[in-house]
Amino acid sequence: MGRTVAIETLKLAKAFGDVKAIEHLSFQVWEGEIFGLLGPNGAGKSTTLRILLTLLRPTAGHATVFGHDVVQEPDRVRRLIGYVPQERAIDRFLTGREHLLLLGSLYHLPKDETLRRIREILKLVDLEDRADHLAKTYSGGMKRKLDLACGLLPNPKVLFLDEPTLGLDVQSRLRIWDYIRRLKERGITVVMTTNYLDEADHLCDRLAIIDGGRIMALGSPAELKAGLGGDVVSLTVGAADMDRVESLAKSLKAVPSIRAISTKPSGIDIRVESPEKALPAILDAANQQACRLEFIEYHRPRLEDVFIAQTGHAIREEFPSGE
Amino acid sequence: MARAQELAMRDYVQEVSALTMRWVHRLRREKFSMLFTLVQPMLFWLIFFGSLFQRAANSEVMQAPNYMSFLAAGVVVMTVLNNGLSGGVDLLFDKENGFLERLLATPIHRSSVIISRFIFVMTITSLQILVILTVAYFFGVHPATGLLGIAVVLLIGMLFGIGLTALSMAMAFTVKSHGDFFSVLGFLSLPLIFLSSALVPLSAMPTWMSMLARFNPMTWTIDAVRPLILSGWSQALPRIGMVVMLLLVFDALCLYGSTRAFRRAIG
Ligand SMILES: Nc1ncnc2c1ncn2[C@@H]1O[C@H](COP(=O)(O)OP(=O)(O)OP(=O)(O)O)[C@@H](O)[C@H]1O
Ligand SMILES: [Mg+2]
Repeated sequence: MGRTVAIETLKLAKAFGDVKAIEHLSFQVWEGEIFGLLGPNGAGKSTTLRILLTLLRPTAGHATVFGHDVVQEPDRVRRLIGYVPQERAIDRFLTGREHLLLLGSLYHLPKDETLRRIREILKLVDLEDRADHLAKTYSGGMKRKLDLACGLLPNPKVLFLDEPTLGLDVQSRLRIWDYIRRLKERGITVVMTTNYLDEADHLCDRLAIIDGGRIMALGSPAELKAGLGGDVVSLTVGAADMDRVESLAKSLKAVPSIRAISTKPSGIDIRVESPEKALPAILDAANQQACRLEFIEYHRPRLEDVFIAQTGHAIREEFPSGE
Repeated sequence: MARAQELAMRDYVQEVSALTMRWVHRLRREKFSMLFTLVQPMLFWLIFFGSLFQRAANSEVMQAPNYMSFLAAGVVVMTVLNNGLSGGVDLLFDKENGFLERLLATPIHRSSVIISRFIFVMTITSLQILVILTVAYFFGVHPATGLLGIAVVLLIGMLFGIGLTALSMAMAFTVKSHGDFFSVLGFLSLPLIFLSSALVPLSAMPTWMSMLARFNPMTWTIDAVRPLILSGWSQALPRIGMVVMLLLVFDALCLYGSTRAFRRAIG
């Protein structure tokens, strides 16, 4: 295929004292793709990113960015990357433009080049009219835009984004997705972390599902879903019969065409080879357990189903609606 | 090779000046705090404390024409102490809110962030010392060694300030939270002032206090600055020689500590 490797990690590990943040992490990112690290809080996503950014030394293993080792040649790596941190790493007492001017000097750009890039980037992220206001007057979304602008200033070959849309409203999220796709069109390799399944699904060309510091699955969203095979039947159980969910799940285990069962607060997800064959058996079982079903649907596997199948749990706690 | 070094030097100057200007921008934005936390407290000490104890202080014991002229050296060095000890706090905030990571992900020399802070703190401190000495002048405190003496005061202040700022940075990179930082700061600064020759000469202290005060770098520094203001070169020179040696050792220790703390903090 002849694709260029942008990033490669080999058995990467990082421990903080006895906390093993990541372990045995090996993956490759191709040049020009959007690569996602998908995982719940504390999975080790930011830690992985920090190692690639040369901010943390791994306790074991290797990582390279365009062939440069992050430990041996940190300066070479730093010249290739841009970073959009998870926290809004913004100086409240500087204006947006002053942030970018500062970074221009830290990347040793000539003044006119810095000014040219600032003009272009401010337009791209749509922050021109607020560029000369202090950052402390910015809304959350504007701070995120400034973050993104800072990441783009060095004109990086690889842009690292740590949870780029965390806590943003729907419109801002969609707009950020749009920016990220535009970066890809310009040939920038994007490595991002997220704990939003839809974000990983819609935006990433390939992704690594990580949980507890380990890679549980790796591939394009389509591959991951196809790899699961079959369809998912989702049962929503009536509120009165919640206590029967466990026994229903147990009795379903015996049904031959069922591949996997996972319970959630509102009901049961069942992975089946073909819904036509499994459905009568499922309904029978529910009848026998006198478990009233409120709602039944089936769908092709979603990324959520992949996540549950690979890690054994949902990416976020699901809270049953209070009744 | 020389060309490469020249380029590296140019890059270094560019990044250090940009980082230093960042502190200047911030200071300009915080005019209010600039006035009230930087300038006012020290003048307060000088003017009110100086006038308050004018009659109570015995000029025989002080070995000075009046208390304010005795106190001037103390206030100058207290300024160095306060600025130095709090010099690391902005880096602590940078560390806590992730700005430091953003800086360290750029291809700058690791020392630039720290050097910029030294330059800024030393410059601000020197300006404050000049303000204090000017105000003291109007109250009749005329430095015995003149302008050259004032230049030497600034140099000694910097020598002491570098070590203090380094100590403060070491603390900033070591503590778990800025709450801890401020507790340690509060715990350190008053004893350092009272157990020194800032307010009264050692000869006027209870023995146990003067014993402790003798090991306080504040005392060394003040005892070199004071003759520059009060008596003249012949008394000042031997003390200056002494304090420069001591402070160089002090600075070396503090810089070693802060470098280690910095290395550990940035992995
Ligand atoms: N500096 C540190 N010192 C000690 N432990 C740490 C440190 N940084 C991270 N950890 C631990 O390492 C693990 C992984 O943390 P990391 O920040 O990489 O998770 P994450 O996937 O980015 O989570 P989130 O979605 O919450 O940002 C966690 O258990 C965390 O407590
Ligand atoms: Mg994180």
